[in-house]
Amino acid sequence: MAADVHKKGGDVPNGSLVPKDGRHAERSESPTPGLAQGTEPGAGQEGAMFVHAQSYEDLTSTENPDATVQIPGGREDAQSDQTKIEEISKDFSKLSTQLTGIALDLEEEMRQSKEDKQDLSPKASRRDSVLSGKEDEGVSMDAWHMHQKHVFVLSEAGKPVYSRYGSEEALSSTMGVMMALVSFVEVQKNAIRSIHADGYKVVFVRRSPLVLVAVARTRQSEQEIAQELLYIYYQILSLLTLTQLNRIFQQKQNYDLRRLLAGSERITDNLLDLMARDPSFLMGAARCLPMASGVRDIVSTCLQQAKAKSLVFAILLAKNQLVSLVRKKDQFLHHIDLHLLFNLISSSSSFREGEAWTPICLPKFNSSGFFSAHISYLEQDTDLCLLLISTDREDFFTVSDCKRKFQDRLKKRGVYQALLEALHTPFYSVSQVGIPFLRHFIYKSKSSGLFTSPEIEAPYITEKEKERLLGLYQYLHSRAHNSSRPLMNIYYTGSHENLLAWVTNAFELYVCFSPLGTKAAAVSAVHKLMRWIRKEEDRLFILTPQTY
Amino acid sequence: MALRELKVCLLGDTGVGKSSIVWRFVEDSFDPNINPTIGASFMTKTVQYQNELHKFLIWDTAGQERFRALAPMYYRGSAAAIIVYDITKEETFSTLKNWVKELRQHGPPNIVVAIAGNKCDLNDAREVMEKDAKDYADSIHAVFVETSAKNAININELFIEISRRIPSTDTNPSTSGKGFKLRRQPSATKRSCC
Repeated sequence: MAADVHKKGGDVPNGSLVPKDGRHAERSESPTPGLAQGTEPGAGQEGAMFVHAQSYEDLTSTENPDATVQIPGGREDAQSDQTKIEEISKDFSKLSTQLTGIALDLEEEMRQSKEDKQDLSPKASRRDSVLSGKEDEGVSMDAWHMHQKHVFVLSEAGKPVYSRYGSEEALSSTMGVMMALVSFVEVQKNAIRSIHADGYKVVFVRRSPLVLVAVARTRQSEQEIAQELLYIYYQILSLLTLTQLNRIFQQKQNYDLRRLLAGSERITDNLLDLMARDPSFLMGAARCLPMASGVRDIVSTCLQQAKAKSLVFAILLAKNQLVSLVRKKDQFLHHIDLHLLFNLISSSSSFREGEAWTPICLPKFNSSGFFSAHISYLEQDTDLCLLLISTDREDFFTVSDCKRKFQDRLKKRGVYQALLEALHTPFYSVSQVGIPFLRHFIYKSKSSGLFTSPEIEAPYITEKEKERLLGLYQYLHSRAHNSSRPLMNIYYTGSHENLLAWVTNAFELYVCFSPLGTKAAAVSAVHKLMRWIRKEEDRLFILTPQTY
Repeated sequence: MALRELKVCLLGDTGVGKSSIVWRFVEDSFDPNINPTIGASFMTKTVQYQNELHKFLIWDTAGQERFRALAPMYYRGSAAAIIVYDITKEETFSTLKNWVKELRQHGPPNIVVAIAGNKCDLNDAREVMEKDAKDYADSIHAVFVETSAKNAININELFIEISRRIPSTDTNPSTSGKGFKLRRQPSATKRSCC
């Protein structure tokens, strides 16, 4: 069913719905100032750790990103990337890829639900017990209307699946209206992308069998809101797999998906919160914990040596920052999958004790199967979390042994203390760069898919101010990546700060200056900043990624 | 002193307090704002029982619907299963009965079943009578205790009772191997995803 939809999308009659390819190509052919991709500061010495670091575009070309990935590097690259991913999926087609038995359970469930349709109360109360944090707001209440951004997920039958605020039951008629809008436009062989009215943007993303809708009053562009919705879609896939999702709705179109997603609302809520304050999502990249390259290299080697046959990825992280990542040769992780893993870990305190072993789908790697993830903190009261991703769900004890070996090696080679010390300074101060008027910056190396950024300091003290700064970066980013009119250089003068954006084929740089600086000073400061990043790159990035 | 490894898994509805029971037993701590378990969580604890050391290998499973199908991976090969319900929620007791049924049909033949009625500190909100639960447990020859992970009531006793019920090493050598395979029994029908 999904495949049909993709095929149909290939020749959407209304050309204006599809981003124009020509524009993409134009941008990629523009001359690269200074640095070629792969030589910019932060570029890994032995190739990238991620599938393709420029994949912001494949998210924003909202029409069928899975069928035709559009990458500024050109269509050929996109094709080869696509086949690479297909190969990967083929290689892994034999892994133990699903929660066997769910299908059977489902049939049973459906039979039951036919028998007792009114029996909704236990489930509802069950959800309440799991969900203590969620506000109990009625749709009619003002507070509900005041939220900056609403996110809704519904099935094609118009059934509520998720709402960020308020209860889904109370919103079922609202969601019905949304589905009606989507279907009404589809009848005319068209697709609704967004509605702009009264300061609101209503953005629709259709991923059969789900429909995702955001109602936002933020400064984000339609593209960026659509990207966030896609993250939510991938988040749902990571819990269920696309295969299972499709099968469920093929068997019963009006299935209540909340039943299978029960208890996962906190993960989705957390993802939305994280996207509002962590630039990783905007950048489509991962941030590394700054540490001496010598220490990081030894840690990576220890991690690489603690291997097992079934291990595909081993990731050491501390509070959403990457410490080390080891991958199986020829297998690449997509940054979206990595972000979903980061979000999973940060959304639950249940990993703090014991060793967790859970099925997880990495939707950009292979949306049809589950990996088994071993998740544990190295020590209960540190923030170092080890994530071991295995293809064999029966292999817990082997994988658990890898963790033990890794810890032993760390201690034997005497880097454990240094690692703990690095945790004390997860951010560096922008004053280290030594540029007056420089307040903050974000630098992304495109080839490594990694970015670096100093601590957000005064005057951005309050959460509101921090979000405002990120909002400004979002604005610059959306201007730079506008699919119909991309920009390479932007200088933005505001009343509270001046910002500069510089996007090339090799890197992206967003810099925030105090409002007193001049444009000329900003331009020369950028060159100084680039030199500083180059000097510090072995501390700020992972330059020598390891493979099994 | 001889060391025996005892594999125990916890089953039951979401939110009944499986993880809290394990935390109380292993760490002697309690977190009222504990997050739901994702997948399953593995912990161990060694205690002395008579002249033996019993090392409990505990699989704390997630109670949520989407992890339901994973349970056989954990109860197969277990020496004991602790099925937990919440005394303040009638429907969690019905779920418990389903678990007993499933264990009967698909679990290992000699598995020791223990029933724990958790949250017994919330007596005011009680929905499941202690006597009803006790009668049911007796009818299936299961261990029965009402527990409170919050107030540390009957938690250690629960595990001691399991130690007592599990047949001694000599008569049952199959459970004493090092570690245990999560592997499904080969007889299980294979289902593929696509």
